[in-house]
Amino acid sequence: MSKNETTPVWQHRTTGKRLAIWFAWLLLVALCVFCWQVMTKDTIWAFVSDAPRQAADLGGRMFPPRWSYIDKLWVPLWDTLNIATLGTMLGIIVAIPIAFLAASNTTPSRYFVRPVALFIIVASRSINSLIWALLLVSIIGPGLLSGIIAIGLRSIGFVAKLLYEAIEETDILQIEAVTATGASRAQILNYGIVPQIMPAFYGISVFRWDINIRESTILGLVGAGGIGVQLQASLNTLAWPQVTMIFVVILGTVVISEWVSARVRHAII
Amino acid sequence: MADAIDKQAPTAAYSRYPDSFKRPPVLIKRTWLRWTLWTLAIIWFYFAVSSIEVNWVRVSEGLERGWRFIKGFLTPDFTTRWKDISAGLVESLTMTLTSTVAGVLLSIPIGIGGARNVAPKAVYYVCRSIIALSRSLQEIIIAILFVAMFGFGPFAGFLTLSFATIGFMAKLLAEDIEDIDESQTEAVKATGASWLQLINYAVQPQVMPRLIGLSLYRLDINFRESAVIGIVGAGGIGATLNTAIDRYEFDSAGAILLIIIFIVMLAEYSSGFVRKWVQ
Repeated sequence: MSKNETTPVWQHRTTGKRLAIWFAWLLLVALCVFCWQVMTKDTIWAFVSDAPRQAADLGGRMFPPRWSYIDKLWVPLWDTLNIATLGTMLGIIVAIPIAFLAASNTTPSRYFVRPVALFIIVASRSINSLIWALLLVSIIGPGLLSGIIAIGLRSIGFVAKLLYEAIEETDILQIEAVTATGASRAQILNYGIVPQIMPAFYGISVFRWDINIRESTILGLVGAGGIGVQLQASLNTLAWPQVTMIFVVILGTVVISEWVSARVRHAII
Repeated sequence: MADAIDKQAPTAAYSRYPDSFKRPPVLIKRTWLRWTLWTLAIIWFYFAVSSIEVNWVRVSEGLERGWRFIKGFLTPDFTTRWKDISAGLVESLTMTLTSTVAGVLLSIPIGIGGARNVAPKAVYYVCRSIIALSRSLQEIIIAILFVAMFGFGPFAGFLTLSFATIGFMAKLLAEDIEDIDESQTEAVKATGASWLQLINYAVQPQVMPRLIGLSLYRLDINFRESAVIGIVGAGGIGATLNTAIDRYEFDSAGAILLIIIFIVMLAEYSSGFVRKWVQ
């Protein structure tokens, strides 16, 4: 027994490391408390304590949904699907060359072209499609076209990022084999790289299309066409039964598109 | 002699080797199905494109504005609206951090409850339906509802982002727990550990690095979302951006967009660094 007491207990980390970890957590808690205080400085707590009553009231207004309103939603729904699909196509068309310029094994210049392509990818990804739509509506006016371009601009970064990662992971042996037959640069691309990234490409495209269906349903809030225009109009007139109906339609569309995308991705990969 | 052979008509054995290669279709092997799908796609494309109404006069007027936006983006104006921008930025950043922390804290029990291998059946279904609900509603839609309930401002945004975080984090955490190495759980179980000890000693060490990685990723997503939900009144830099664009102040808008891009880039690089350090 006495021997056991003298053996040091096994420890995963040294004391210094453990202290550093505790200090990091403490810092996070302190920062969080500070942020909470800054954030809620202007919050009117009377509104917050009133929220359950408001929620009940809102619930009472929202139900039952106005089912007859669905007849006015078919055209916006069709527009929404078109925005998502055409936008995805636009995004993919622009993203493919950018992905090849960004991948370190296909880029023509690692020190100039690649960083530019990477910046385009980050810029496109960090700005939400709703913000793109906001900009485009103020530039080219409200309507479907703004929505399509907004979805396209947002998709570029997503598709190009995943695609260039797939290009960088291609098997070098196959490319060398094609090179050894005396193939030109275009032929190497077509027979060595493209077949290897094709499954990833289809998967990414369908995945992005699915996301874009979700995003295109709300673009109308800023005037970029689709079912969101109806949502905005109903919100402005406080027609809550219509709002519920629109939510139901959006939810249905999202669930169906998710199912389709899951099926297609299952078939490919 | 060799010439003579070459000039002969190719024999049956010779022609079996094709001299060109055509890649077989990758996705749909049946020819008729492929062509039907292509035809349908072209018909859809025609109708979809013809349903776009473009007011070309408005577009040509807008091009000048687009050019001003690009110029504004290249010469951003940080100073004129700096008070609004900094207020929006502080709201966005504080909202992002608090909502990520709150969302992650809430998603840990829900994630554990949503893992088939550690939770009882009833708890599993409840947690999975919370996850499904949170994932199928979009941030903007949640924000609209919360703004209607709690009034304008960052508090509604905080609630929106926390709620959205639950769906994302709890789903990935639950899947991660389902994928853990069972032999470690069995080893801990064999010592007679209680359920809490099981979670603490067998599950937590296995999922912790990924949990931290995912939280950092979610922090990044929440910041991006916080720039959007302001458009429907839930506080943050989105509201400032919305005002700037509505007033056609493209140089201020460009400044805000540059700040957003900068912070997202910063978050991406630093989260990569922290993840490497944790794992």
